[in-house]
Amino acid sequence: MHDNEHASHHHEESFIRKYIFSLDHKMIGKQFLIYGLIMFFVGGGLALLFRWQLAYPEKPLPVIGASPQYLEEGEVVTGVDKMWERIYESEKEEWLEVNMPNGVIEPAFYNMLFTMHATIMVFFVVVPILVGAFGNFLIPLMIGTRDMAFPVLNMLSFWLAVVAAIVMAIGFFVPGGHAAAGWTGYAPLSSDPQWTGVDWGQNLWAISLLIQGFSSLVGSINYITTIINMRAPGMTFFRMPLVIWSLFIVAILLLLAFPVLSSALALLIFDRLAGTTFFTATAEGGGDPLLWQHLFWFFGHPEVYILILPGMGIASELIPVFSRKPVFGYRSMVYAMIAIAFLGWIVWGHHMFQSGMRPALGSAFMTTTMLIAVPSAIKTFNWLGTMFRGSIRFTTPMLHAIAFVSMFVIGGLSGIYMANTPVDIFIHDTYYIVAHIHYVVFGGSLFAIFGGIVFWFPKMYGRYMNDTLSKIHFWLTFAAFNCTFFPMHILGVGGHMRRISNPMQYEFLQTFEGMNIFITMSAFTLGFAQLILVFNFFWSIYRGKVAEKNPWHVNTLEWEAPTPVPHGNFGQIPTVYRGPYEYSVPGEEADWIPQAQPEHVPATSGD
Amino acid sequence: MSPDTPIGGTSAPDSPSEARPISNARLGILILLGAEMMLFSGLIGAFLVLRMGNITWPPPSHIDLRLPRAVTGINTVLLILSGYTMFQALRAIQKDRVKQLRNWLLLTGTLGLLFLVIQGGEWVQLVHNGLTLQSGVYGGIFYVLIGCHAVHVLGAVIWLLIVFGIAVAGRFSAVHHIGVETCTIYWIFVVALWPILYVLVYLL
Repeated sequence: MHDNEHASHHHEESFIRKYIFSLDHKMIGKQFLIYGLIMFFVGGGLALLFRWQLAYPEKPLPVIGASPQYLEEGEVVTGVDKMWERIYESEKEEWLEVNMPNGVIEPAFYNMLFTMHATIMVFFVVVPILVGAFGNFLIPLMIGTRDMAFPVLNMLSFWLAVVAAIVMAIGFFVPGGHAAAGWTGYAPLSSDPQWTGVDWGQNLWAISLLIQGFSSLVGSINYITTIINMRAPGMTFFRMPLVIWSLFIVAILLLLAFPVLSSALALLIFDRLAGTTFFTATAEGGGDPLLWQHLFWFFGHPEVYILILPGMGIASELIPVFSRKPVFGYRSMVYAMIAIAFLGWIVWGHHMFQSGMRPALGSAFMTTTMLIAVPSAIKTFNWLGTMFRGSIRFTTPMLHAIAFVSMFVIGGLSGIYMANTPVDIFIHDTYYIVAHIHYVVFGGSLFAIFGGIVFWFPKMYGRYMNDTLSKIHFWLTFAAFNCTFFPMHILGVGGHMRRISNPMQYEFLQTFEGMNIFITMSAFTLGFAQLILVFNFFWSIYRGKVAEKNPWHVNTLEWEAPTPVPHGNFGQIPTVYRGPYEYSVPGEEADWIPQAQPEHVPATSGD
Repeated sequence: MSPDTPIGGTSAPDSPSEARPISNARLGILILLGAEMMLFSGLIGAFLVLRMGNITWPPPSHIDLRLPRAVTGINTVLLILSGYTMFQALRAIQKDRVKQLRNWLLLTGTLGLLFLVIQGGEWVQLVHNGLTLQSGVYGGIFYVLIGCHAVHVLGAVIWLLIVFGIAVAGRFSAVHHIGVETCTIYWIFVVALWPILYVLVYLL
């Protein structure tokens, strides 16, 4: 956790206090960012492994799969038939040999790969970066205070997340492998080891998520308290930047949603370890597998908005800045986010249309789900309205923000299709769903994350990221992303099920072989492009061009603080006089007016 | 208003000029209760789903089983009483009566422990009668839901003991007693939750 924050004039802190068990919100934010980036590579790596399997089923992986047998004979005997014995005898054997005998991915290992890919990306990448990193770094700076309300809890939140990640990582190496019931952990697949052959992997999965739940809980208490109580003088709720609004709403969602998952995880752990039957139907007084789905999705759908709302917030910051125009419809943006957050609680059933739900109930969930299109469309049109006739500057953050909006539109529109129960019957559990979630979470959240990183990097580290590399990263990512995920819509409509390790086993999917190979190639390009980002990130921390205090000419308060931001953020707490998006105000000389700049007319003493 | 003065020496001093309507600590604990409520909503929801999913409750395997309603009823009264005494403790320190604070806290803690002991006794009896965690969903959800509440009571008692220790050390006053206040809020939450569980699990 190095960085070159050579400022901090007064009271020099020890290395451990400053970089490891830091109480400073900016350092904790950076810790979360690096944590998220590391996990991003773990999660992405898993995805590349199973992408290989989908394109070249039963073929040894390149490089790591080159077994002696393959090198000699050019083909291998796979372990598919011997799968079950192998898993239970696994203690004796080498990890790679169990999961990838002769370099070929085992079906059971494949299940583990996609389960852990999603688990890691959702709980250990997107949430830690969007909420943990941006939330910590931005909230105190943007509302104009010196730190979070509870700095010790803030540190606790980060270190609990680290413990959760370690517990999750251990799961890869226990006998029986890691959780393999999908990231949704549907019972009874998850509640009884006999169905997946996974023993402690699934337990550790549940325990790790419980710990992550504590981390989120502590974090959200901190965020909500800070935003309610510690805004700078003059910073009313409706002068808060939209990204702070989004983080505020997300903190409330996390606070209220995660405990429901915790209750479900607790019941799951009891089922697995204490012999209860909450999720298993038994002859006498048995439980209900659907109960898991209800609890999980009651958490899971708000969670989906937890993943996207901060991305919307970040886009709402970047677009006005680089269009040099006020955000179009500030209040409607806020109300739209509140509406999305509220509707998020009453739509969980749309994940369960296939569960034998009463059709009338399905229609109710369909209606509430489609209602979400309204606030989402308000936001989209507002972003377009902000850009309309603006003097747009195509900087890298802006490119990412535009990519966010356009990809979010595609992901959002496919969502409306899936909300239709009759359509959902056809496309559920296919690659159409996979395409949708990736358009929203990768095309949406991750582009916002990339844009946010490039945008706030000068404030975080006092230097610019290298712009050429950033642009190469953007264009490669954008192209490879679309090449990877767009064809999945076609696969899905063609009936390609998700979560199958070998599509070539099905005659009607064999025509898709070429497309699967194309997707895999694009996915590898996409993975490669992310290496550029990481190289650029770490290189720029030390070698980037030194940035001035407010390089993008932004109004919000974080740019009032000196760069690099010292401990305590501001010399004197700024007073806020205006909203965050006063760009190109008619009659003004500069095309931006910082929030902390007093009114021109000094005659009256009012604020 | 600054028991939460951060170790890093930040936040409080010159943040907003106007006084906050609610202190950070009090706000924080109220937010925590929001999460606690959702945790119990999840478990109560599971209880209701499982209950509706079975034609008889208790299910046929435990049809003769009766939960100890009367004893638990008395226990309920004890716990509600502890909510009252806890409130009195807060009232006492607001009037700067340190000794009364200590007595009320001690009484509250005793009532809380008594509740746990009686409930523990009941559980031993129930296990003897054949109701265990493994006795279908009936036993499972009973022990998990009631146990989750018991863990919260235990947590509240431990918290109370810490507050009591600070009170004995004489570090609370009419001005500075946020520790008592947050503990009271949490205690009253745990107390108020119990009648709901009692009615749902024992009576209905």
